[in-house]
Amino acid sequence: MKKTLFDKVWDSHVVSSVENGPDILYIDKHLIHEVTSPQAFNVLEEKEIPLFRPNQVVATADHNVPTENQHLPIQDALSRKQVTQLSKNCEEYGVTLYGLGHPYQGIVHVIGPELGVTQPGMTMVCGDSHTSTHGAFGTIAFGIGTSQVAQVFASQCVLVAKPKSMRVTVSGDLHPDVQPKDVVLYIIAKLGTDAGTGYFVEFAGSVFEQMSMEGRMTVCNMSIEMGARGGMIAPDQTTFDYVSGREFAPKGEALDQKIAYWKTLPTDDGASFDLEHHFDASDIRPMITYGTNPGMGIKISETIPESDDASFIKSLHYMGLKAGSSLLHMPISHVFIGSCTNSRIEDFRAAAQYVSGKQKSPDVSALIVPGSQQVAKQIVAEGLDRVFEEAGFVLRQPGCSACLAMNDDKIPAEAYCVSTSNRNFEGRQGQGARTLLASPVTAAAAAVAGKIVDVSQQ
Amino acid sequence: MEKFEILESGMVPLTIENVDTDQIIPARFLKATDRKGFGENLFRDWRFTNDNQAKDFVLNNNAYSGKILVAGNNFGCGSSREHAAWALADYGFRVVVSSFFADIFKGNALNNGILPIQVSPNELQAIFTAIDSNPSTQAKVDLETQQFRIDEAGIAISFEINAYKKMCMINGYDDIDYLLSQKEAIIAFEQNRS
Ligand code: SF4
Repeated sequence: MKKTLFDKVWDSHVVSSVENGPDILYIDKHLIHEVTSPQAFNVLEEKEIPLFRPNQVVATADHNVPTENQHLPIQDALSRKQVTQLSKNCEEYGVTLYGLGHPYQGIVHVIGPELGVTQPGMTMVCGDSHTSTHGAFGTIAFGIGTSQVAQVFASQCVLVAKPKSMRVTVSGDLHPDVQPKDVVLYIIAKLGTDAGTGYFVEFAGSVFEQMSMEGRMTVCNMSIEMGARGGMIAPDQTTFDYVSGREFAPKGEALDQKIAYWKTLPTDDGASFDLEHHFDASDIRPMITYGTNPGMGIKISETIPESDDASFIKSLHYMGLKAGSSLLHMPISHVFIGSCTNSRIEDFRAAAQYVSGKQKSPDVSALIVPGSQQVAKQIVAEGLDRVFEEAGFVLRQPGCSACLAMNDDKIPAEAYCVSTSNRNFEGRQGQGARTLLASPVTAAAAAVAGKIVDVSQQ
Repeated sequence: MEKFEILESGMVPLTIENVDTDQIIPARFLKATDRKGFGENLFRDWRFTNDNQAKDFVLNNNAYSGKILVAGNNFGCGSSREHAAWALADYGFRVVVSSFFADIFKGNALNNGILPIQVSPNELQAIFTAIDSNPSTQAKVDLETQQFRIDEAGIAISFEINAYKKMCMINGYDDIDYLLSQKEAIIAFEQNRS
């Protein structure tokens, strides 16, 4: 039978199937962080059971961590408690932790790939919806709730019904000013935030074949924003080159064997999907969101659509925006370049290239937050830190930061923030904050101009 | 997990669509290390102003009460935080009715004894209308027969639920106990693949 990439990886991880029920899916790698793991460790304690496969768990502290003075104790008492609890739990249960101060610390979805923990053909879970990021490697990776985190601790498996399959093909040539973030914002704007519910998505076509691993991660990262459980891209030479040589990647002959296997994973010609969507790359332009869900996006050159739907009106009211108006030239006061969507070295290279030799607007506060300690190191090695600092951007230490504002990096109420993160929900970046999602280049351009600009018109 | 069989209750209508888990429980309340007390901050920023004054929001409206939340399309999208399900359960909800649920939320709800009932958009509208004409109207949920009824409004809906999940809810079983019972099969699977 012809199989899809998703079928191949899923089927090879099914331990057994419950009659009329879900599959028992074996999990190769389990990533954890401080926010969604403490209650799961409590379950082990209450039930007095061991952590089944501690060697397959990797932990980091990212959501709560401050992005300044990481060498000092965390000031916020509750954040400190959660991070301390993670260290204690990891020690007690024998889990490797890349905590604050460790050279591998960073956002869980940035460090997995960069350490070579993430590999093609694996199954991965994390108590975090953006686990979908790892699908860029041809990995089945999805977010789970804390009860399931406990299940994976206890059994290295989850009980989950096999999702339906969807393929989103984007072919043709991208406009030179279009970034991977624009591609995924475009797809979500076209399909809507619930289009993927019940599905696992494969992104296919020349656009993704030509995309870098960083770009593929940006795309798969946001597959959850169209409701999909996860997204995947077939592994190819780009993938193998990225994985090779990384800390925990297989080496030498083991690597060759793995690559030979990874080459068998792409979807067979003629395999069928439950649903297919096709888009023409040439229609995509730099994108921005205007509302309070990631599907409310437009090309920067377009105007905000009109609708009499009550939720739509509520959303525009929150954003302080008018239907039918344009966002072009609208003043903004904050820019955030970071989050597991866009905090890899390539994102900062693209932003720095735009910013180089320019100055940020005096009316804007512009925050650069690397996804990991390794990315932060690379920023310095390439001299990007000087580019940003000379332009008046503030470079911080790694963490989730203003993506969800659990630490001090909050956007004030009613302020407009052009953000490279993935969610523009009400209050996501701080109570009352108004988030406009965009690519790192669009965000950098907004910081320089002090207003929304269309980088393809410059 | 608490067993679920039959529930008769009033309903709380939340007509907003695409309610994401950041609204159900904002991130700043995720710093706890246990599962208790999240109900207090359920829908925090829709319920209260910064100085803790009640806002014009359905949970603050005494006309509505009960263990059934009826919500607009695509409920529970966004973050995987199970804290959203904990907050709903802690506040006292046992059932959420909507025309569409996000995947992860649905799983989290079921793992916490909350029954997500998916109805058609028309049925959802009919339920909202029924609550509108009588805010204290009662609904009856029978999990065994998979029936949701509002007798007063002549509404009777059969809903779907996975047979395994239904068995778990009715008996109060947790997935973790089932997985632990499968340890041998899991170990055999590990040995076969290496
Ligand atoms: S960066 Fe944002 S979306 Fe990514 S894991 Fe952190 S909080 Fe979640």
